[in-house]
Amino acid sequence: MALPQAIKAGLPCMNLLRMTAVPILEQLYLEERLLRTSAENWCIINHGTSLPTIVMGISGRPSELVELKPVLRDQIPVIRRFSGGGTVIIDNGTLFVSLICNKNAIPGLQPYPHPIMSWTGQMYGQVLHEFGDFHLRENDYAFNSHKFGGNAQSIIKDRWIHHTSFLWDYDARNMEYLKLPSRAPKYRSARSHVEFLCRMKNYVPSRTTFIEGTIKSLGGHFSIRPFDLDELGSLSGSGSLSGSTKLLTRQELEEAYSFQCVAVR
Amino acid sequence: MALKLWASSAANALKLSSRASAPFPASSISRCFSSVIDGFRYSDSHEWVKHQGDVATIGITDHAQGHLGEVVFVELPESGTSVTKGSGFGAVESVKATSDVNSPISGEVIEVNSKLTGAPGLINTSTYEDGWMIKVKPSDPSELQSLMDSKEYSKFCEEEDAH
Repeated sequence: MALPQAIKAGLPCMNLLRMTAVPILEQLYLEERLLRTSAENWCIINHGTSLPTIVMGISGRPSELVELKPVLRDQIPVIRRFSGGGTVIIDNGTLFVSLICNKNAIPGLQPYPHPIMSWTGQMYGQVLHEFGDFHLRENDYAFNSHKFGGNAQSIIKDRWIHHTSFLWDYDARNMEYLKLPSRAPKYRSARSHVEFLCRMKNYVPSRTTFIEGTIKSLGGHFSIRPFDLDELGSLSGSGSLSGSTKLLTRQELEEAYSFQCVAVR
Repeated sequence: MALKLWASSAANALKLSSRASAPFPASSISRCFSSVIDGFRYSDSHEWVKHQGDVATIGITDHAQGHLGEVVFVELPESGTSVTKGSGFGAVESVKATSDVNSPISGEVIEVNSKLTGAPGLINTSTYEDGWMIKVKPSDPSELQSLMDSKEYSKFCEEEDAH
């Protein structure tokens, strides 16, 4: 019996889940559930999210990171995710790619932040180097010194996730909801959001070009198996899993705003 | 070649991250880039245990903190929580990553290191002293025997970094 080519090569399997406009909260619930309860490798791609949403890292404090007055006024959702890293505001111009891997999936790759960042940076570099001066700059993906991709990770005993929000496009007005972070990479050099960021669409011909290039690059390390969303059943709901991802309540945001006002006085 | 690059990046992170921390007791041993303490026990997920009487103090090792980088946030359980050998009880955030911390033994948390809330970097600078994370009353002290001693753990780290 003939075996599929990739299986003959002995590559580990990676399930490829493609989604469009799934709300980021649902995506994060799903990712945390797959990280902690699945034994398989996953690549999750989500084109955009339905509502502009602020997503902080696990230690994020809204009083320090978010302009709470307009956020409360405009009812912008604020999420604290289960992974580390900084704060982003995402919208329907954001492209999400998440990799969930067993620690032994990539030979020789140690499950620590720097090696994972280095490996994924090389993987995306293969995809993007022909479109611009691609760099992994202090954990960001950048063309020259302009960031277009923010990364975050969560590492558990035998698995890890590396997820990226790519700025295919963005609404510059949404950046007004974010404060300038106190903890910023050196290469940012105190630039404003708009001066610091760039749009992938100004460099890469199409989203399809990027996505197909990424899948091809991953295919050098994994046997890619398309996975249907329906096979996962309900996206939301974590069953018995007590996850860390949390949508902040209005009350929590109002309390943070009170704290912010006091701090300003 | 690519494999060596990935392994060497971890080794370089370790070299760059090893630092002079608070003075160790005279029984400490330095091997390669990471330090260990004689008399402590170690898990294969890089936590250390100091067992004294009814109390086991737990933290993450110098090897772990060196690979993680600067710790900026620590998530700890509350006192009274039960912990299970091999299962997570908390997390540390460094760089862009959260990393689970697993308990090497089972028992009840009797104290957490509240200093880590305001000074998470103690895990980097005082890994085996002020950087402790939880104190546990062991439910099964025999579990300590299945952990590695300092020599075994040092060898384990060397083998891990060699891959």
